[in-house]
Amino acid sequence: MGEFKVHRVRFFNYVPSGIRCVAYNNQSNRLAVSRTDGTVEVYNLSANYFQEKFFPGHESRATEALCWAEGQRLFSAGLNGEIMEYDLQALNIKYAVDVFGGPIWSMAVSPSGSQLLVGCEDGSVKLFQITPDKIQFERNFDRQKSRILSLSWHPSGTHIAAGSIDYISVFDVKSGSAIHKMIVDRQHMGVSKRKCIVWGVAFLSDGTVISVDSAGKVQFWDSATGTLVKSHLIANADVQSIAVAEQEDSFVVGTAEGTVFHFQLVPVTSNSSEKQWVRTKPFQHHTHDVRTVAHSPTALISGGTDTHLVIRPLMEKVEVKNYDAALRKITFPHRRLISCSKKRQLLLFQFAHHLELWRLGSTVATGKNGDTLPLSKNADHLLHLKTKGPENIICSCISPCGSWIAYSTVSRFFLYRLNYEHDNISLKRVSKMPPFLRCALQILFSEDSTKLFVASNQGALHIVQLSGGSFKHLHAFQPQSGTVEAMCLLAVSSDGNWLAASGTSAGVHVYNVKQLKLHCTVPAYNFPVTAMAIAPNTNNLVIAHSDQQVFEYSIPDKQYTDWSRTVQKQGFHHLWLQRDTPITHISFHPKRPMHILLHDAYMFCIIDKSLPLPNDKTLLYNPFPPTNESDVVRRRTAHAFKISKIYKVKHLVLLFWIVGSFVISKCNKLHNWKIRAPSVSMQRTWIVGNKSPF
Amino acid sequence: MAALEEEFTLSSVVLSAGPEGLLGVEQSDKTDQFLVTDSGRTVILYKVSDQKPLGSWSVKQGQIITCPAVCNFQTREYIVVHDNKVLRIWNNEDVNLDKVFKATLSAEVYRILSVQGTEPLVLFKEGAVRGLEALLADPQQKIETVISDEEVIKWTKFFIVFRHPVLIFITEKHGNYFAYVQMFNSRILTKYTLLLGQDENSVIESFTASVDRKFISLMSLSSDGCIYETLIPIRPTDPEKNQTLVRSLLLKAVVSGNTRNGVALTALDQDHIAVLGSPQAASKECLSVWNIKFQTLQTSKELPQGTSGQLWYYGENLFMLHGKSLTVIPYKCEVSSLAGALGKLKHGQDPGTHVMPRFVNWETPQGCGLGFQNSEQSRRILRRRKIEVSLQPEVPPSKQLLSTIMEDSEKHIEVEVRKFLALKQTPDFHTVIGDTVTGLLERCKAEPSFYPRNCLVQLIQTHVLSYSLCPDLMEIALIKKDVQLLQLCLQQFPDIPESVTCACLKIFLSIGDDSLQETDVSMESVFDYSNSVHDEKMEEQTEILQNGFSPEEDKCSNCDQELNKKPQDETKESTSCPVVPKRAALLNAILHSAYSETFLLPHLKDIPAQHITLFLKYLYFLYLKCSENATMTLPGINPPTLNQIMDWICLLLDANFTVVVMMPEAKRLLINLYKLVKSQISVYSELNKIEVSFRELQKLNQEKNNRGLYSIEVLELF
Repeated sequence: MGEFKVHRVRFFNYVPSGIRCVAYNNQSNRLAVSRTDGTVEVYNLSANYFQEKFFPGHESRATEALCWAEGQRLFSAGLNGEIMEYDLQALNIKYAVDVFGGPIWSMAVSPSGSQLLVGCEDGSVKLFQITPDKIQFERNFDRQKSRILSLSWHPSGTHIAAGSIDYISVFDVKSGSAIHKMIVDRQHMGVSKRKCIVWGVAFLSDGTVISVDSAGKVQFWDSATGTLVKSHLIANADVQSIAVAEQEDSFVVGTAEGTVFHFQLVPVTSNSSEKQWVRTKPFQHHTHDVRTVAHSPTALISGGTDTHLVIRPLMEKVEVKNYDAALRKITFPHRRLISCSKKRQLLLFQFAHHLELWRLGSTVATGKNGDTLPLSKNADHLLHLKTKGPENIICSCISPCGSWIAYSTVSRFFLYRLNYEHDNISLKRVSKMPPFLRCALQILFSEDSTKLFVASNQGALHIVQLSGGSFKHLHAFQPQSGTVEAMCLLAVSSDGNWLAASGTSAGVHVYNVKQLKLHCTVPAYNFPVTAMAIAPNTNNLVIAHSDQQVFEYSIPDKQYTDWSRTVQKQGFHHLWLQRDTPITHISFHPKRPMHILLHDAYMFCIIDKSLPLPNDKTLLYNPFPPTNESDVVRRRTAHAFKISKIYKVKHLVLLFWIVGSFVISKCNKLHNWKIRAPSVSMQRTWIVGNKSPF
Repeated sequence: MAALEEEFTLSSVVLSAGPEGLLGVEQSDKTDQFLVTDSGRTVILYKVSDQKPLGSWSVKQGQIITCPAVCNFQTREYIVVHDNKVLRIWNNEDVNLDKVFKATLSAEVYRILSVQGTEPLVLFKEGAVRGLEALLADPQQKIETVISDEEVIKWTKFFIVFRHPVLIFITEKHGNYFAYVQMFNSRILTKYTLLLGQDENSVIESFTASVDRKFISLMSLSSDGCIYETLIPIRPTDPEKNQTLVRSLLLKAVVSGNTRNGVALTALDQDHIAVLGSPQAASKECLSVWNIKFQTLQTSKELPQGTSGQLWYYGENLFMLHGKSLTVIPYKCEVSSLAGALGKLKHGQDPGTHVMPRFVNWETPQGCGLGFQNSEQSRRILRRRKIEVSLQPEVPPSKQLLSTIMEDSEKHIEVEVRKFLALKQTPDFHTVIGDTVTGLLERCKAEPSFYPRNCLVQLIQTHVLSYSLCPDLMEIALIKKDVQLLQLCLQQFPDIPESVTCACLKIFLSIGDDSLQETDVSMESVFDYSNSVHDEKMEEQTEILQNGFSPEEDKCSNCDQELNKKPQDETKESTSCPVVPKRAALLNAILHSAYSETFLLPHLKDIPAQHITLFLKYLYFLYLKCSENATMTLPGINPPTLNQIMDWICLLLDANFTVVVMMPEAKRLLINLYKLVKSQISVYSELNKIEVSFRELQKLNQEKNNRGLYSIEVLELF
């Protein structure tokens, strides 16, 4: 198949931020996740847990609560005292409303989905009415003494429970007055020293209020009488989160020790109707605080300071062995954070608030499989570019020639011109960006670096001509009338004629760049596109979807290629379909047109279109080179998928061709990684040495 | 867990219950419906689940019902007796009791008894019993007198035992109680006298009975508040004789002895009884459920309005008169399960029960998991097991084999066994082998001259036996001093107890060399050590250098001065085997056997000192042989390992050190062993020193693999 030189890059020290909230939407089977830096991500659980959408973070916006309302509307509230609604189509923030109650600690949507309730720092609980295009303040509930850290509605919508410091209040929604105040025992392991913070409450339809608190207790209260019914001490540290299943037959709590406990309502004896809550299963998938949990019908979802999103299926609820039956651990974003300049062998790494530019090293030596070659020149760190302002970087790109760098935040678009003089680099910002280039979701340079393609969040695609140190706006493809769907993925052909753009749900649009018009649309598929690329010479568009299907579509012929049809007819190998991370990048071998290179987080693969496809009986992963087998055997067993999992232990973020060699870059090297709890939330800081989650 | 559920009151009509309560509550033909007879004139049919009466019938003014109405399950009619002698039979459609079938009998009726599956019986006050059909054929027939004058029937119950009706009734005469058991299949009436024991003057307040396979367990609540149990055999040994029955205390002081109101008890199931009465003299009346197996109070319920001291139990409902109304308390006794408490639903068990064979054949699936078996079934199994040996064989060859074992000569048995073994593994191979060995051993015990050694050897070699299956086998072999068989057992059995291992060791060490010569011991674990004698000289040098042990190492104190005087002898002694090869083979079998130190040590103390010394010498010799080569192993097939040798040396010394140390002939051996330990310590300390260097080397090696932040590698894809 061939020999490759692989650049193993381990200096991309990308650390995702910790997870603060998760919100599960039962209707669309989507999961919204907010991180401590304010990033909000939306995962489609039906599409193999693909991270469909994301909203970049903002330094001043610490999201403390996240919820779905009225079906598909996503709201968040945070310590800046604002409620925000996200536009899931255009991928921006629709509006932010200040509630004038200080930092917001908690938010809950009414069972009907039409009202929002927020708990504030000043002890106020505020009710908002959700109108079709905004939210409207309705009234305040009785002001409490201290901040409201958790809220829960009774399923009938008549009462709410609010967890505060040292007590839980039960409010009557109609009158807005507190009808019960249930004092939580401060004792922590027999010593009462700190205040007891009620981190979470859950109101069940039978009137039971379940609370979790900083003394490590899970307590059951009778809201009618305001009395404690039962108490479980489950941790030595805080129990920080709780989520109840829709049927109210099980719930899940997460502790600061990284443990997640499952509670179930089980009969006291077999076939008796009397039931009680029993702690059934503990899970330890986290190394740090589990800040948030969610309970989908088939899985327990947890996330926390250690940045992992863990989806633990409930095996008794899973009927068939499929994707849902496997434990999922999602750590890294499902989008590209690295771009590459092939000509100058440069890598541009994107972090939340800065970019890093590195030059790859080189070697003159050769070797056999598995050898590490001596370096004649080591990799250099060329540039560290910090953004101004509190906003996170959405996307970035370096041009193939290496002389342009572009990146965008929510409010600004930046374009830099790089000049290389021997070993010196000078950087010059191109000023006066046109107003329409304000917020880009995806940036791409053409192969010859003369054109810049920008997908804006308004759904438009802009083409900008770059020449010398200046630029000129050439054209803007406006979205089809009526849709405002943002384009998240771009691909350009090497001859610069074709531009493919894909959104989150509709099909892939292919534009003719020369004639500046829409060429064709690849038929829409059920699952979102995770990666796409246009092959040189043939101009075949290769598209990978989140269900692990790969399609090849001929742009000139406006139809799927024969190979793609054969693949669809025969079907992929079952092991291929069982992989659990999406393909995040597709590339091509410049000299071997029959090869498609693709990779996900754990492996990279070369598909040789000239070889027969593997069927379910053949071995998909060739564990060892077949050195001792005869040529005949080798030829007979050879199939189109050549997979390497050598790099599986680390996280593969990118794979590029650079003149006959690969670049493989990974996120790792997180020794001495410090995890810091948000300083405002509680006066605690963890410093964990040598404890990397990878 | 036994539990009383929420009570509910039945009567919407006020019952005209007198001070003595109701006459009775009886089952009707539908499970949920019950006939309640009050002490006046009325019979009411209640549907319990609906809590409402379905029908009510009254006799004429002036007449009085004397016997509770029952249901004839065969004809679905109701039967009642009023004015002691008049029998009425009616069904649901009838409205007026005056117009229904009437039969006037010649004697006074005590009770009509009816259970599902048989015709009702009429018990007369004089103790005679008639079937209803026979009685109705001739209502005026003469009724004989069974019980004596002044004897009064106190209580009666009717059972079906093995599909035969059995009637029991208790009579009282001047404070003496008698039990009559009437069998209807044999028409035998047996009379028993109930002895009250020490507490002669107590009055029995209430009776209940449950029936087992052989006994009627009659429980009685005495006026002292205790519950006694009397076992009445169903099949009397001698029906003619008047027999006496002794009662035994079952539960003490369940209710207060001197209550104003009556007390009552009823058996709920095998293990539970319900008792109605006041726990203490002053307190209110209570219904309590007791577990008689564990003598624990399971649950209780206070009945503040007082009861009539009557209690009935049908289906899952307890009936009593609470205050003025008939109260029903549903009762449930569920099997409490840990799984339920822990939150796991128990899956339905398959109802089929399996009889466990004596020898379980794990290879063939028997279709039974670890199923739940109640105590009755397991008792059945136990009974079954006793006769298993004779019942077992189903397959002709094995059956034949077993019968052969019982009678034939050794020769013939041997031929049969060989034949059977040649048949190859049948599905019940394991069980047949087990049964065969058991049979052989039983016969060996019975006939001292019978010892089918070859058979036993063959059977052991099938690899299916273990010690626990046939403990007698090794016992017999020990008695016969059959070292060959013992060796075989030690090699084959995984579960020999330490005491037996030690007994074997004793025999192996004590048996004379000449008697060993005759035996045919497997020698595969013994390497012919004499072979290496000729190049001994040369080896002597290397052994010291290679494994760090040198007997000549002369750092020892002056104690071995004496020893050094004759170093020639010493080397000779240490390099020639102290035991004959056959004995060595036997001892090797001991070394290979599994043991637990704690259990072995006490038995090792019983071995005579000179045998201990011999064994130690042999072990020391083995150790020397071990240290001769670099890998520290002995030559040969399956030799003892170094660890086994060292462990046994330690064990023997631990057990017998005080004895051995006093023996002059063991002195040199001990000194040698001491040196051995010393040299071992020095070797290990040297190794420890090297370890640090090795660790550094390993670290260097790891660093080579760790490629840093950036590297270029070659990858070949196939």
